[in-house]
Amino acid sequence: MSKMGRIHSLESLGTVDGPGIRFVVFLQGCPLRCWFCHNPDTWEVNQGIEYTPEQLAEEVLKYKAYMDFSGGGVTFTGGEPFLQAEFLLEVCKLIKKEGISIAVDTSGFVWNHWVQEVLNYTDLVLLDIKNYDPAVYKAVTGVSLSPTLKLLDYLREKSIPTWVRYVLIPGLSDHLDKVEELSAHLDHYPNVAKIELLGFHKMGEYKWKELGYDYKLADTKEPSAKLLQKVKEIFEHNGKAVSVSN
Amino acid sequence: MKQEWYDFKPGSWVSDINVRSFIQHNYIPYTGDDSFLVGPTRRTTELWDEVSELMKEETKKGIIDAETLMPSTITAFGPGYLDREKEVIVGFQTDKPLKRGIMPNGGIRVVRKALESYGYTLDKTTEAIYTNNRKTHNDGVFDAYTDAMRKARHSGVITGLPDAYGRGRIIGDYRRVALYGVDRLIEDRLDQKKLLERPTLESPDIRLREELSEQIKALKQLKEMAASYGYDISQPAKNSLEATQWTYFAYLAAIKEQDGAAMSLGRVSTFLDIYYERDLKNGLITEEEVQELMDQFVMKLRMVRFLRTPEYNDLFSGDPTWVTESIGGMGVDGRTLVTKSSFRILHTLYNLGPAPEPNLTVLWSNHLPEGFKKFCAKVSVDTSSIQYENDDIMRDVWGDDYGIACCVSAMRIGKQMQFFGARANLAKALLYAINGGKDEKSGDQVGPMFAPIVGDYLDYDEVIAKFDQTLDWLSELYINTLNVIHYMHDKYNYERLQMALHDVDILRTEACGIAGLSVVADSLSAIKYSKVKVIRNEDGLAVDYQIEGEYPAFGNNDDRVDQIAVEVVERFMNKLRKVKTYRSAKQTLSVLTITSNVVYGKKTGSTPDGRKKGEPFAPGANPMHGRDKNGAVASMASVAKLPYKHAEDGISYTFSIVPKALGKSKEERVGNLVGLLDGYFHSNGHHINVNVFDRETLMDAMEHPEKYPQLTIRVSGYAVNFVKLNREQQLDVIHRTFHER
Repeated sequence: MSKMGRIHSLESLGTVDGPGIRFVVFLQGCPLRCWFCHNPDTWEVNQGIEYTPEQLAEEVLKYKAYMDFSGGGVTFTGGEPFLQAEFLLEVCKLIKKEGISIAVDTSGFVWNHWVQEVLNYTDLVLLDIKNYDPAVYKAVTGVSLSPTLKLLDYLREKSIPTWVRYVLIPGLSDHLDKVEELSAHLDHYPNVAKIELLGFHKMGEYKWKELGYDYKLADTKEPSAKLLQKVKEIFEHNGKAVSVSN
Repeated sequence: MKQEWYDFKPGSWVSDINVRSFIQHNYIPYTGDDSFLVGPTRRTTELWDEVSELMKEETKKGIIDAETLMPSTITAFGPGYLDREKEVIVGFQTDKPLKRGIMPNGGIRVVRKALESYGYTLDKTTEAIYTNNRKTHNDGVFDAYTDAMRKARHSGVITGLPDAYGRGRIIGDYRRVALYGVDRLIEDRLDQKKLLERPTLESPDIRLREELSEQIKALKQLKEMAASYGYDISQPAKNSLEATQWTYFAYLAAIKEQDGAAMSLGRVSTFLDIYYERDLKNGLITEEEVQELMDQFVMKLRMVRFLRTPEYNDLFSGDPTWVTESIGGMGVDGRTLVTKSSFRILHTLYNLGPAPEPNLTVLWSNHLPEGFKKFCAKVSVDTSSIQYENDDIMRDVWGDDYGIACCVSAMRIGKQMQFFGARANLAKALLYAINGGKDEKSGDQVGPMFAPIVGDYLDYDEVIAKFDQTLDWLSELYINTLNVIHYMHDKYNYERLQMALHDVDILRTEACGIAGLSVVADSLSAIKYSKVKVIRNEDGLAVDYQIEGEYPAFGNNDDRVDQIAVEVVERFMNKLRKVKTYRSAKQTLSVLTITSNVVYGKKTGSTPDGRKKGEPFAPGANPMHGRDKNGAVASMASVAKLPYKHAEDGISYTFSIVPKALGKSKEERVGNLVGLLDGYFHSNGHHINVNVFDRETLMDAMEHPEKYPQLTIRVSGYAVNFVKLNREQQLDVIHRTFHER
């Protein structure tokens, strides 16, 4: 009996989580408790629908034609996909045989030998750096920043293409000196091909209410176009491609 | 070789009437991008402003004007102009632009009613002639209809039948007029008639001899009509202007004589491109002038008008004419049929702005040149005005010179026509199976009386067995009804001019249709995978259903239900194949509702999938609103499983997506749309409408229609001006699944 995985949901037309058309797998369970999370319904580890690796691989492979023609692939997100790295590894082995391009969207918090193995199959890592100030990071996510930065080092060592994702939240992640520090830090990582600047939005707020959680950012505004532009320019200093979505 | 054919490479087209041969020997495939395209000329822009003003007035009044006395014929009405100085391509259906003619051969009552609904009165003498002296198609049909046919028509289990209006969906090979000139076509008809002087003349030969004589008369009238505009079209066209104008004249003659539901154009852009390229090469014309011809040709096609009743407009919203033009595709020899004029005709959506007509249809193949794929996707993202159909699967069946009639009906140009058969409401048929042939709304015994289902819970095998019986009855009744209709249409409302632009020996198809496929599939899935409790009224009629548990719904790429949908299509088609057809037509089937999914839903009681009585069906082959939970590609993948070989008249799917969900930047959106189309057609999807806009835009257009005169959206197989839909239809479009992730 192979390891079962817990899946929150599947989306067959993903166009914002990696290049081309992506089949997006939302894995259930996350060790972080980010204040701005728009998928708090993926936090609890015991919920979701159970899949065997074979079942999930079969779902992914149904969409191969769309991935092939668009230069897309599958993106594992969540939740924190590496929380189920053992399961994920089995899935990756099955779909890699069929030539599927694999992206993993992660906070970088989880580290173990399964994660290390999954990375051997990973074509692109979408690494979420939620904040560059360790104290704020800890406050906002509930966990420490250092594992994320260690993963970044590992990705460089293994030359795994990486897109860094940074959510711009007024009052929390818009301190420009910290942004500049992060940008300078990323300068040392040639494997980071792109920085995705994501404007904070409150589309997930209703889920917090449904789940009975206290949404701390109810009064926080979405970032202005001007602020996004400013932060974009800072990240562009090191010559990396920067995309903005709001 | 005729002198007008200088520089053309000869082939069998010289000795035979064979436009395909001419195209294959002479066209120049284009594999580049859109950078050569030019904007409209000044006179095009000025003329379009005048047309737009007229159209604005039309939207306000309903129609601009209507004829009340003179039935329309090819030669009825002298030449008509809008602004003679600026019009490069000329010709209107009546004496005034946008004025609607009357064609009472289909039925006089419908003409009278349509006129009255717009405040006009049909001339008494005209009415008397078509009531007392000249029998119409409509009269003929009702003389022959059986009681069972009348009942089925009344209850709506078979619906939308062309028994009171022109059947349409016939494409004349309008290119022949430009390539050969009319005299050659008449000569050919005379020769063919000679061959029909047989020792014993049986009725099919007699009918054909009469038809050929009518065709010859129509061709002579076509010459006469063109002459009134100052053109002698007896000989071949000799340049770009003439080729465009004469192709249009041929089409114009068809729409002066017939007001069929869909009056499609065929596949003319690559044909015309041969003339354009010859003139460009010889320095006789500039790119600006070529685009001007295309813009003005398209402008005329946007001005095609027919007089319709309000009921008809309820069914087919937005005043559609289905001037469908098929663009692109691949040749059987592997060369692409994309030419610069494939780009030019799509470019009219920029030069003149978006519009529902002509119904621009791209024949998509994975092998199309990348530059063209990208341009199409860009046009879709910008205008939502084009539809796509699978050239790879259609070429296999129909060759490489077919065109789309109406929305999704492929036919070899000039070699094939169809007997349009609207559609059977299979959701209703399923309810008849449950209720022993009784209509769930009226309680009338419409189908054959067999034992109804009496249990509290529906049993899958029992329902399937009874559904099968119901479909046996329905398929026989359906084909026989169509036989009556098309016998009478040939007799009283024969398409002389369009058939003159066909070969004499043609393939006829009897084009049946399905409405409510996803309702049926989901209902059967609910019965199979959850528990469905029947709720009956005091007469014991099943009128509602309660679903206990969940069931897999069509549109999630789940074979448990998708294969049910596949099986329903195949089952119904196989039953239709058994029934004998008029003129030995080949039975075909479509999964297409146009916008009538709203009306069919209104006429259908609650169904076992949880849909409540009166609620709309999904359009065409679409999954039901909101039941596709795994995103757009899963939905497309379900639809792509429906088998074209059992639905050769087309499988329509409408796809609406907000721009953001297609990608972050314009470039990504275009690239992803190309990928989606490649993936869908590679997976054997047949047709897709692509809409790219925000829900908010539509909401705003409902409140402020004046701000959006040209907002075009694709519905099932054609496009409409959103602001011309009624409120109910607008809401249906807005509620329909939008892919927003």
